[in-house]
Amino acid sequence: MKEIVVISGKGGTGKTSITASFAYLGGKEIVVADCDVDAADLHLLMLPDFAKSEEFYSGVIAKIDQDVCTKCGKCAEVCRFDAIPVINYQYVVQPLDCEGCGYCARVCPVDAITMESQNVGDWYISTTKVGSSMVHARLGIGAENSGKLVAKVKNETKNIAEKQDKKYVLVDGSPGIGCPVVSSLSGANFVVLVTEPTVSGIHDLKRVYELVRKFGINAGCIINKADLNSTVEKEILQFLSENDIDHIANLPYDETFTQAMTNGQTIVEFGESKVKEILEQSWNKIKELA
Amino acid sequence: MKIAIASGKGGTGKTTLSTNLALLLAETEKVILTDLDVEEPNSGLFIKGNLIHQEEKFKMVPQWNSEKCALCGNCQKVCNFHAVIQLVDQIIVFPELCHSCYACSELCPTNSLPMIPQKMGELREYQLDDLTFIESRLDIGQEQAVPLIAQTNKYVDEKYSDEIIKLYDAPPGTSCPVIEVTKDADFVILVTEPTPFGLHDLTLAVETMRELDKKFGVVVNRYGIGNDDVIDYCESEKIPVIAKISNSRRIAELYSRGSLLYREIPAVKDELVKVLDFVKGNLARGEM
Repeated sequence: MKEIVVISGKGGTGKTSITASFAYLGGKEIVVADCDVDAADLHLLMLPDFAKSEEFYSGVIAKIDQDVCTKCGKCAEVCRFDAIPVINYQYVVQPLDCEGCGYCARVCPVDAITMESQNVGDWYISTTKVGSSMVHARLGIGAENSGKLVAKVKNETKNIAEKQDKKYVLVDGSPGIGCPVVSSLSGANFVVLVTEPTVSGIHDLKRVYELVRKFGINAGCIINKADLNSTVEKEILQFLSENDIDHIANLPYDETFTQAMTNGQTIVEFGESKVKEILEQSWNKIKELA
Repeated sequence: MKIAIASGKGGTGKTTLSTNLALLLAETEKVILTDLDVEEPNSGLFIKGNLIHQEEKFKMVPQWNSEKCALCGNCQKVCNFHAVIQLVDQIIVFPELCHSCYACSELCPTNSLPMIPQKMGELREYQLDDLTFIESRLDIGQEQAVPLIAQTNKYVDEKYSDEIIKLYDAPPGTSCPVIEVTKDADFVILVTEPTPFGLHDLTLAVETMRELDKKFGVVVNRYGIGNDDVIDYCESEKIPVIAKISNSRRIAELYSRGSLLYREIPAVKDELVKVLDFVKGNLARGEM
């Protein structure tokens, strides 16, 4: 089983639209994972049925029992996150500031502080509109630990792929270089970098590739909206060749992507087009490279 | 006054709005723009100022001192993040998992885990006429954006008064880094695009802002593509649509080169003026 992860560094380069196209083309030969749990959108095109749903608990938050508290202030003193201010003569934990380290609970002389598990979101196992299995999630509002939810989604996806004896796992990653991306990348066999020829696109591509290289994973690149700026496109091509990154394909600047999306469809099911042909070739190439 | 520019979905135009707004404002008054998308900071690609200050940013992590250690295992027990592990006769620290809570260090009976600074990124400050531009960049391999965002916020707060308009370019999403950027803002501008992805992620961002009890409004970018669902949603939720920036290939091309839009396209400047009027109108009425 090979795990293919699609990431971009910069958001809005077309990562999810392209991943959905591959998920459509891959059909039942793959299992799909949406690891962009912060702003998951893949379900809008793959129409999973949300057949199985489970809550995800991760991390803890301090809670002070005011009846037991003697207001000694030790908790606020040790808290490095300024999460326990005095409000109306009471020490009160601010959930958005609390990191869940539990230091306050350990030093409380009267055991007034308990650490409560946090429901940070829900995750789902679904069947998509093409009949493939898909694991996806929704992170709770302002929740932490998105990296752990990503790890959960990925592990479930791998289990399903093994059980169903599928050859490929296709993962939609998240933007950035932080913990959710690190979680998306761990264990991957091949990374597809989706970029665009803009000053931000190439800047973010270089940063995220540095992370990919730390993991030692082979990578290929799709340049979306490639005809938008030929100067930057050439810079990207040069960067790819200097770093032995496979140039998988160029896609044109094409608003049909948006029209298909508005229809709840991937671009490869939205009539015959040049883009469809390129994406079919790209998917075949990625399977070979993975 | 602090104004954060956020989105749910990435690539909707946060940086475009932040940089254009900041430079337009700076034509008439002092303004500070801070790029807090520390994982992928892009505002600096559009602003060419003079570097006036630069500093490395550190987070504190424990370092094991084997001489005094009694191998009691307390550090491993108190670490909720599995960042300190005891393996037979040694203690191993995983700095990338450490949240700098100091519990292991301060609760160690033999003081064998002193906290030492570890570099996590860099802050740079630039000046371009009346615009002060500050950005922080997270080092590759560092997983946590929040500590760097918090330290950058502190730097800006200590150096500049809140009398000056402060703009903040936020990271995408709705999780902890976004909360860290928006929790102290007086107003949040949510940038979206009129597509199903844009709408879906906007609803998540709106829920987040309501949870934080923030005042916010929406700027619709790439207006004209997709459908009217975003506009209908804002209307039914009584969310002000402050401005609409039209979809055009010309704008995409200018952006791709790192050019500022409002100096080339008068219609974009008109929309930015609407944003400024809205924000300043709220300020004048004492609503921020």
